[in-house]
Amino acid sequence: MTDKAVPKGTWVQIQQVILSPGERAPQVPADTAKVPLVMVTKGFLQQEGRLNDSVAVKTLSGRVVEGKLVKVLPRFSHDFGEAVPELLAIGPRVRALLEGGEQK
Amino acid sequence: MKDNSYQAVMARSNEIMKKAIGMDYNQFERGQLAFDYQAMMTEAGYSLEEVIAIQKETGVGNTPLYELKNITKLARMTAPKGKGARIFLKDEASNPSGSFKARRAALAVYHAAKHGYKGVVAATSGNYGAAVASQAAIRGLKSIIVQEAFDSRGVYQPEIEEKGRACEAYGAEVLQLSVGPELFYVFLRVLEDTGFFNASLYTPYAIAGVETLGWEIVQQLEDQYSVKPDMVVVTNAGGGNLTGTARGLRKAGSDAVVVGASVDLKGLHMASDQDFNRKSFTTGHTGFGVPFTTWPDRADVPRNAARPLRYLDRYVTVTQGEAFYVTELLAQLEGLERGPAGNVSLAAAMSLARELDEDQVLVVQETEYTGAGKHVNAQLSFARKNGIEISVGNPADSVPGKSIILPEHPGLVQAVDLDMDDLRRSYLKRALETLKGAKPLPEDISFLAEDCRVTPEYIESFIKE
Repeated sequence: MTDKAVPKGTWVQIQQVILSPGERAPQVPADTAKVPLVMVTKGFLQQEGRLNDSVAVKTLSGRVVEGKLVKVLPRFSHDFGEAVPELLAIGPRVRALLEGGEQK
Repeated sequence: MKDNSYQAVMARSNEIMKKAIGMDYNQFERGQLAFDYQAMMTEAGYSLEEVIAIQKETGVGNTPLYELKNITKLARMTAPKGKGARIFLKDEASNPSGSFKARRAALAVYHAAKHGYKGVVAATSGNYGAAVASQAAIRGLKSIIVQEAFDSRGVYQPEIEEKGRACEAYGAEVLQLSVGPELFYVFLRVLEDTGFFNASLYTPYAIAGVETLGWEIVQQLEDQYSVKPDMVVVTNAGGGNLTGTARGLRKAGSDAVVVGASVDLKGLHMASDQDFNRKSFTTGHTGFGVPFTTWPDRADVPRNAARPLRYLDRYVTVTQGEAFYVTELLAQLEGLERGPAGNVSLAAAMSLARELDEDQVLVVQETEYTGAGKHVNAQLSFARKNGIEISVGNPADSVPGKSIILPEHPGLVQAVDLDMDDLRRSYLKRALETLKGAKPLPEDISFLAEDCRVTPEYIESFIKE
C-alpha cells in the first residue's frame, strides 16, 4: 500500500459501511448478522486524497458519493479460471458417442 | 432533515415506490386479496404491436432460432425407440446486451423516458443490469445498478463481477454490496435521492417485453421449419421469463406445454454470507424460482405482473453439474459458446426430449452471452477454489454447496419434476395468511383459482382443510 497522495480526478473505488453488525435486518441468518453490510462504488476523485481517507467521488451517473478511499485504478480480477480437466474430457467423449452410432 | 435510518426508509417504502413507478396499483385491487390481473396487464402494459415497435427502435428481439441437430441426436441415443423430440434454441444472447433481459429493459427504459424520468435504477445482480444500462445508453437516460456482489471476505462471485463490469461499460453507476436483503434499503435511498425511475423487472410493461419472445418462437418455427412448438422450456427464477414467454405463445395461438426449469440449490440459504460463494449459479435457481412461484408479491412492486402458476404446466429442476455439462455440449457439438445460467432450460430439455416423439418440437427459449467470470470454466474453477468437490459421475448424487458432478454419460441428464400441487398449496397458504382469519369473498376465491390455474372448488376445499 502506498501512502502517496492520489491526485484529484483519478478513477478510484470507495467503500461505505451501510449497516454495522448490530443494525442488520432481523430476518438475516446468523452468519450474515455478525458482519457489516458494506457497499463499494467507483468514480472520479473530487479532491486529492490518500488511501483510507474519507473522500468524495463523482460516479458515472454524475452523482457525488462519499466514502473511504480503498482502491486506485481498481482492476477487474475475474477471468476464465484454471483449466478444468473434467470439463475438457466432455467434448471428445460425446463426439465418440455420436460417431459410434446408436449404442446406449 | 430526513431520517435515513434503515427503519425510517423501509417505513417510507410504499411512498418512495409510488413516485418511482408512477403507477397507482390500487385501481386494480378487488375484494380482500384479489386484484384484476388481466386489467393491469392490458391497461398498464403495452400491446404486442406496441412492444414490437418499441423493441425495434433499440435493436432488441428477432434473435435467431437454431435447430440443435447434434444435441438432438445425442438425446435420441439415450431415449426409448421412436422418442427424442427435435430440440430448437432461441439465441437470446444476440440481443444488444447479450440476454433476453434486453426485452424487459427496453420497455422499462422506454416507459421511464416517456414519463420524463431522467434516469433509471435497478436492483439486480443479473443480466438485467447490463440490459438496463444498455437501453438507457441508447435512449440518453442515466442509469444506476445496485448489485449484491461479494461476501464478507470481499470475494466477488466472478459472474457478478463480470455483470458489474458490463454495466460500467454501458455507462452505469454501479453500487456493489456485500450479502444481505438490506440491499433493498440502499435501492430505496437511491430512488429517493435521485428521483429516478424504478426499472423493476416485475411491472406489467417489463413482462409485456418478454411476450415478443414467445411470439417470435411460434412465427420463426412456422416460417423456417413449418412446424409448431409442442413444448417450450423456460429457465425460471423471478417468473417473468416464464410469464412473458407463455403469454406470447398464447397470443400467437400456441398451446405448447410450458415447462419451467431451475437449478436445484436446496439447502443453501440465499441471504447467507457463507453460502454466497458456494453457489455456482447466481440466477435461474430454486432459491429464487420456488419462492417467487409460491409467492410472487414478494417483488419490488405492490403487485407482481410475473405470476408463474398461471402459466406453468410443469416445473422441473436440474443440478449445477447438468447445466455445466450441456453448456459444454452446446459449444462442443453446436458451435455456440454461451453462458451457463442461460442453459438451465437446455439441460432440462435434453431430459424432456426423451418423453416426446421424434417428430415433436421442443424449444429452449434462451441463451445468454458468456465472458470472463460468466463462463462454465470460470465457475467450475472458482467452485473448486472454494472447496466444492468437482467430479464426473451421476449428478443425482451431488449436494449443492458441497459437490458438483458432471454427468459421465448424456443419459444421466435427468430433470426432476417438482410437485405442482405442493407449489399451489404453498401459494394458497401464504395468500390466505394475508386475510388474518377473515373469510375470503367470492371475488377472492375466483382470483385465487385463476392465480394458480385450478377450479374455484379446489380453492373452497383447500380452505375447508
